[in-house]
Amino acid sequence: MGFVEGLKCRECGREYKVDPIYVCEFCFGPLEAVYDYKKIKKSLNRKKILQREKNLWRYKELLPIDGEPQVGLNSGFTPLVETKNLARELGVKTLYVKDDTVVHPTLSFKDRVVAVALTKAKEFGFDTVACASTGNLAHSVSAHGAKAGLKRFIFIPATLEASKITAALIYEPNLIAVDGNYDDVNRLCSEIANKYKWAFVNINIRPFYAEGSKTLGFEIVEQLGWNAPDNVVVPCASGSLLTKVWKSFKEFHEIGVIKKLETKVFAAQAQGCNPIAAALKSHTDVIRPMKPNTIAKSLAIGNPADGYYAVKVVQETGGCGEEVTDQEIIDGIKLLARTEGIFAETAGGVTVAVTKKLIENGCIGKNDTTVICVTGNGLKTQEALNGQMLKAHYIPPNMESFEEVLSNIK
Amino acid sequence: MAVKVRIPTPLQKLTEGKEEVEASAGTVIDMIKDLDARYAGISERITDGGKVRRFVNIYINEEDIRFLQGELTPVKDGDIVSIVPAIAGGRI
Repeated sequence: MGFVEGLKCRECGREYKVDPIYVCEFCFGPLEAVYDYKKIKKSLNRKKILQREKNLWRYKELLPIDGEPQVGLNSGFTPLVETKNLARELGVKTLYVKDDTVVHPTLSFKDRVVAVALTKAKEFGFDTVACASTGNLAHSVSAHGAKAGLKRFIFIPATLEASKITAALIYEPNLIAVDGNYDDVNRLCSEIANKYKWAFVNINIRPFYAEGSKTLGFEIVEQLGWNAPDNVVVPCASGSLLTKVWKSFKEFHEIGVIKKLETKVFAAQAQGCNPIAAALKSHTDVIRPMKPNTIAKSLAIGNPADGYYAVKVVQETGGCGEEVTDQEIIDGIKLLARTEGIFAETAGGVTVAVTKKLIENGCIGKNDTTVICVTGNGLKTQEALNGQMLKAHYIPPNMESFEEVLSNIK
Repeated sequence: MAVKVRIPTPLQKLTEGKEEVEASAGTVIDMIKDLDARYAGISERITDGGKVRRFVNIYINEEDIRFLQGELTPVKDGDIVSIVPAIAGGRI
C-alpha cells in the first residue's frame, strides 16, 4: 500500500530501492524518499484526513512506510495556539505557536520523527534501534522503543545533565555515555552503524526518520483552515526540520490540498551556534562549521548535515536567517511563558527571540500571519534558567506574614 | 617525497584496497587529476565539473579546503590530504 517509489540522491539523482541506507554510494550525497504524488493525489484529500484519528499518521500516504503505522499512534496533532497576548506584545496582528512542547510521549517534536523511524525499522525487520543524542532524541527513542518492544542503544555525551539522563534511563534502554562531545559520539555511532545491523534512527534510517518532521507542517496547514501561513519561523540544528516543513507545504500544494503557497521560511539559531544563519547573512550557501557554545544545546550542531538545503529553502522562499544571544533566548522563554502560559525549552526561546527580532527589523510584516515552531518542553532545560527567575516569597505559616508579603505585591 | 592522501573506505575499491596513497604536489584539482591517472575513476567520484562535490570534504593537514582556496589550494610535498565523505561516517 506504500506510496514510496524508492530513494534518490539529492545531489546526483541516482536512484536506489527502499533499504536502510542513507548516502549515495557514488557521490556521497544524502538519499531522500521519492513518492508517487499522482497516486497520492487520488487517495488523499482534506475529507479523508478529517475522518482520521488526531495523530501524525492522519497524513500517512505522505510518510515513507509500506504497511500500517506501528509506533507513535498517539503522537502529533499538537495545538496550534493563536498567541494574542504575545502578538500584542510584539506589535503584530496574527501570530500562532505550533506547540510541540506537548507531543506524546516525550514532549518534543522528536516524537514525530521517531514514530516514523521505528515503524520503518520494524518494517525492515530490525530488533534493535539506536541513536546519538544530546537529549530529546534519546528520550523519544527510549520511550517509543520501549512500547514497541525494541532493544535500544542510546549514545550520549557523558557530560549530559543528570535530569536528561534520568529522562532517558527511566525507560531502561542501554544507555552508553561516551567520554567526548556530541560530534565524537556521532562519529563513533557512524562506525558502530557500519558494523552492527541496528536501526540507527539518525544514521541509516535517516531518509525515513527525517520525513516525520513533515507532519508538523501538515498540521499547521490543516489547523490554519487549510492555508499555508505567510511566514514560518523554524529553529535550526541540522537544518532538517526547516527543509521538511517547507516540503510538507509543497506536497500539500502538489496534491491539491492547498491552492496557494507563498510562505516565507525563516531560520532561527543561537549566536553561539549559527552556521546556517551566518551563511544566510553573508549571502552564500557554503556552511562554515563551528564549535558550538550556547545554552540552546538541542540546536548545537556546528556542522549541520542539511545546512546547505536549509539555506536554499530560506533563499528560495524570500525568508532570512537570524540569531540571538543566550540572554535573548532566556528572555524569549520567559516572554512566551509570561504571555501565553507555554514553557518552551531553550530552542523555543531561540525561535521566540528570533521572531521578535524579525518583526522589529521589518522582515515579518505587522499584518502577516506568522507561525512559530516551538519544538520542545521547558521542563527539560530548567538549568538554563538558574538565577534568571522571579523569587518565591518564603513565609512562616501565619496570616500576618502573608499579608505583609501581599502589601508589597502590585 | 610526495603528498600523502588518505582514502575513505568506500573509495578503497579504486585504490587496490590501500588506505593511503601518494600523489604529486600542485593545486588540489591537479592532485586529484594525478590521483585519477594512477587510480582511474576516483576523480568523478569526488568532483563534478572541476569542483569538489558538496558532500565530500577535503582536508589538507586537517584544514578544510573550503576555508583555504578551495580547489586551487596548493598542496606541497609532505602534506597530508584526507578525503572524507561528509555524512558517510568518519567525520572530522
